[in-house]
Amino acid sequence: MKRYLPLLALLAVVIFVQLLTGWTETGFYLTQLTMSAYYSLVIIGLCLLMGYAGQISLGHAGFFAIGGYTSAILTTHNLTPMKDQALVVLLAKVGCLVASKDEYGAELLVAQPWVACLLAVTAATLVALVLGGPVLKLKGHYLAMATLGFGTIIYRLVLATWLCGEADGISSVPPFQLLPGLTVSGGFGERISNYYIAWGLVVLFMVLLINLVHSRAGRALRAIHGAEDAANAMGVNTARFKLTIFVLSAAVAALAGVFLTHYNGGIGPSEAGIMKSVRYVAIVAVGGMASIWGALIMGTLLNFLSMRGVFGTYDDAVFGAILIIIMLFAPEGLLRLQLWPRLKELKKSWGGEK
Amino acid sequence: MTPILEVQNLNRRFGGLQAVSEVSFAVAVGQIKAVIGPNGAGKTTLFNLISGTIPADSGQVIFNGQEIQGKQPWQIATAGMARTYQNIKLFPGMTALENVMVGRHCRTTAGFAAGMLNLPWTWKEEREIREKSLELLELLEIGDLAQVEATSLAFGQQRAVEFARALAAEPSLLLLDEPAAGLNMHETGEVARLISKIRDRGVTVLLVEHDMSLVMDISDEIVVLCFGQKIAEDVPTAIQHNPEVIRIYLGDGDV
Repeated sequence: MKRYLPLLALLAVVIFVQLLTGWTETGFYLTQLTMSAYYSLVIIGLCLLMGYAGQISLGHAGFFAIGGYTSAILTTHNLTPMKDQALVVLLAKVGCLVASKDEYGAELLVAQPWVACLLAVTAATLVALVLGGPVLKLKGHYLAMATLGFGTIIYRLVLATWLCGEADGISSVPPFQLLPGLTVSGGFGERISNYYIAWGLVVLFMVLLINLVHSRAGRALRAIHGAEDAANAMGVNTARFKLTIFVLSAAVAALAGVFLTHYNGGIGPSEAGIMKSVRYVAIVAVGGMASIWGALIMGTLLNFLSMRGVFGTYDDAVFGAILIIIMLFAPEGLLRLQLWPRLKELKKSWGGEK
Repeated sequence: MTPILEVQNLNRRFGGLQAVSEVSFAVAVGQIKAVIGPNGAGKTTLFNLISGTIPADSGQVIFNGQEIQGKQPWQIATAGMARTYQNIKLFPGMTALENVMVGRHCRTTAGFAAGMLNLPWTWKEEREIREKSLELLELLEIGDLAQVEATSLAFGQQRAVEFARALAAEPSLLLLDEPAAGLNMHETGEVARLISKIRDRGVTVLLVEHDMSLVMDISDEIVVLCFGQKIAEDVPTAIQHNPEVIRIYLGDGDV
């Protein structure tokens, strides 16, 4: 199948980069590459919503935060004081809770990370369903503003809620054991395995989303992007398709939030910030809107550079500037920037003036 | 003959303008029926009411014995009514073939999960969608343009893609909104031939049209609208000699 060849190439690049950092003893790069992978996951999900279905969301950091915070709260909130209550006893019995001791030897009773992850993604899905129903009736700027409003609400809620740690966020989030011997954590010894967990997840979702783009549902989404009323008149239940892709991309963002939170061992309110949402949108635009590969490449590259501190304290300003420049000079995305014909055109217009 | 479509006392008002007023008519199976009338007569509004794009204020639309007034356009399309647009509405960024493939949407079933997992049973459906769509492009004599981006085609070809897309939904009734708009005389003749060809495949056709030559050549019956009201309904030869129709089209002489 021709569509899977680039995915094999991606897999090869992922392995090659890891080997390269091993040979050159620059394994520390893997940390940022792992984090970039999780952000790229959000971005490819958003790319499907924006680039293919044509619906903008300036609230995806909100969904990322719902995932991350839900998982963080559930896996850190100590239920020991309530351990005699019937519900807690029941949950502990069916294996939804794990008991351990904290660094001072006190008893700790928290949710099992798998359970927390499931609940976190479910929470984001439900919020997306409730929000998407009414909001997706809006178009263009109005949809952008409504989702921006949602993002703002989540940000302020996170900042104001005691349970979310207010401005400090939540720390000492425990590792997330996926399988015996495979754990999402920022431990030094698990750097390589976590790099592969993150990129494995990216490859998995690339496969799923690329399949979707080439399917009947994917065609319907692109049709909605192009001419919504004509798609409806051709039998596409446009409201349902828009809602489904919105919820799907929100769930992917939440999943990325869960994994990155366990990887970092914590989450802070900046993850829910508006600038994060703007950054995701900017990167989808840089990648060329309707290009899932462009979104992945640009998402990884720009997040990696940002986290290596290349943009310094101007980080957010750089992303704002990128957005302006892309919209002005390469609305089709950087990878589709046809430099050579453009230069020729420029030369011609100069020649004409002489 | 049992009518495939029955419009009963349909009304629609836009602010102070009664765009469609108490319009009733029926379309028999296998007919080519035309709705004509001067600019602003309410023809396109009538079409939008029938296809569910806008809701009616009152009245009924009965399609295949089923009340469809108030249903969503996608439900009406699934029930077997497909339409084209006066100002062509193709899906940009998609090839001619892909545009037609979207037309098969309401006759196929693969959803999000099946698509994402690329389940084997969808392959057969996908192949069928592709083959049927190509066949329709061939029928409309633009098979060689299948892989060209639809919106970059010439105007007449875009109209053919729209026809193919509508036919892909296997409609029992096809609504054509000014199929000859913007076409020259030769192209209009081609469209007339196409419409007859479509009817010969067993599809009933209801069209709104400005171009008299097209309407008089191919229609079995004509409904004449003026200021939202039906003023005549008859066979083309009778319409041509109807004094009321002549008056609204040519004026009544006392200028």
